[in-house]
Amino acid sequence: MRVDLEIIGDWIRPGSRVLDLGCGECALLRQLRDSHDVTGYGLELNVEKLARCVEGGIPVIQANLDQGLSPWFDAGSFDYVIMTHTLQATRHPERLLREMVSIGREAIVTFPNMGYWKNRVQYALGGRMPVTRALPYGWFDTPNIHLCTVRDFEALCDELGLRILDREIVDNRHRSGRLMRLMPNLMGEAAVYRLEKA
Amino acid sequence: MPTVLPPDSVGLVIPQTLAFDEPLELDSGKTLPRYDLVVETYGELNADRSNAVLICHALSGDHHAAGYHGMEDRKPGWWDSAIGPGKPIDTTRFFVVCLNNLGGCRGSTGPTSVNPDTGRVYGPDFPIITVADWVRSQERLMHRLGIGQWAAVIGGSLGGMQVMQWAIGFPKLLRHAAVIAAAPRLSAQNIAFNEVARQAIFADPDFHDGHYQEHGTLPRKGLMLARMLGHITYLSDDAMRAKFGRELRAGKINFGFDVEFQVESYLRYQGASFVDRFDANTYLLMTKALDYFDPAGEFGHDLSKAFAATEADFLVVSFTTDWRFSPARSREIVKALLDVNKHVSYAEIESSHGHDAFLVPIPDYMNVFRAYMGRVAAEFTKGEA
Repeated sequence: MRVDLEIIGDWIRPGSRVLDLGCGECALLRQLRDSHDVTGYGLELNVEKLARCVEGGIPVIQANLDQGLSPWFDAGSFDYVIMTHTLQATRHPERLLREMVSIGREAIVTFPNMGYWKNRVQYALGGRMPVTRALPYGWFDTPNIHLCTVRDFEALCDELGLRILDREIVDNRHRSGRLMRLMPNLMGEAAVYRLEKA
Repeated sequence: MPTVLPPDSVGLVIPQTLAFDEPLELDSGKTLPRYDLVVETYGELNADRSNAVLICHALSGDHHAAGYHGMEDRKPGWWDSAIGPGKPIDTTRFFVVCLNNLGGCRGSTGPTSVNPDTGRVYGPDFPIITVADWVRSQERLMHRLGIGQWAAVIGGSLGGMQVMQWAIGFPKLLRHAAVIAAAPRLSAQNIAFNEVARQAIFADPDFHDGHYQEHGTLPRKGLMLARMLGHITYLSDDAMRAKFGRELRAGKINFGFDVEFQVESYLRYQGASFVDRFDANTYLLMTKALDYFDPAGEFGHDLSKAFAATEADFLVVSFTTDWRFSPARSREIVKALLDVNKHVSYAEIESSHGHDAFLVPIPDYMNVFRAYMGRVAAEFTKGEA
């Protein structure tokens, strides 16, 4: 089991209604369906991944997150709206975050932390855009157009009026540790947040 | 003409005619005292009768959805791309039923049939049939075939409308509903195209107010025009450009009104060959069934309320260059289903084929369709194991 999914599983109440944005092949929803009895939908743009969700019996909508969620869902439709490792690839992250906490009672977001020390070293000392296990793309072909640090993200939450209910700072395998808790923005490779509208 | 039948074909098939003697009350208030339905089936009904799927045809379709009637056939059935061994509607797993709808002209009772009350051909007196009427006749067919519940009801375009009507009208009688390249109701533009098609038929001097059979004529020009117009709306601008461009048949312009551009030749051929296999009164009926379809109408024009009592899982598919029933129309269906928390999956397939795409084996489309039908089959094979 992917550890970030385990973290999310710990946060979610059984029997909830869940929307997964950029659901891929629906690994999370399948797992939550089996372990937590959740119902809900996936949103995915890639039609091959969508076919795998369909095969697994997960209802999935082919949609582009950059066009927003309001064409599909009304406010208060879900207990949780989840987006794992997708925020940084969207065109309007701030709009999406606002929609997530409106459509869901809570939002769960994960993203790679640009403030991770290895990223900083590559940029500060090497003078190059960082390329790491978590961010394996070159600057010219990366889908990640809106990278941020843990501090950036929390500043945005503050600005958008989002309350942080839970936070896990993790490494590339989504494990946490003492150093990561002590210096999250420097030591964490990725972050997992649970949010609600303040 | 196939000399050897392809291995993924259902092979040679024989249609059968089933007679129904119980009168069918129609939405129009009229009654059909008795009627025939022509049916083709592919694959085998399993022991617990849980693997049956119904295919609903579109405007010009019929019961011959797959396979060949004879080795001299030029083409297989109209949805052979999706029905057969190993295809999305896999005939090694499913028992597939397809019929010619009432009002049709391919053997089921319709305007070319004899009215038992008068002993004369119905012609224009055949009652106007609605999508809901079709579905009621299909429900009788289902019982006749000894099927208690469809594993899935599947259709494209006007066929997709029948699928929605099934889910709304008989929620317990189907487990899955596949609605492809459809719309929850026609737009004014859709109705306008249908009206021009009808006027083309009416304007033909050989139409004789629909009594052309008695006059020994056929409204060839009118039906041909109607079909030509229809064809323009089934293709996309891109598809037409790719297929014909501005190519000239003779390589140069002739300053005349004979066929010059390839696209003219194509449309005339499509129109002319349609006249040989289709009845003008049936065409008129089919366009009316399309125009009238509006399941939300009975629910305060709230489509989600129309879907509220449905129990089937849905697959909705649209195609990017379909402007007859555009993706936006399919999204209306999906949104209405989401609003009432139904199990719905939606794919918007990249395609240049316009509305016709639902008959084309586009890989992405076939993958999603196959994945969905695999899930449908898994439900009843699990029960068997």
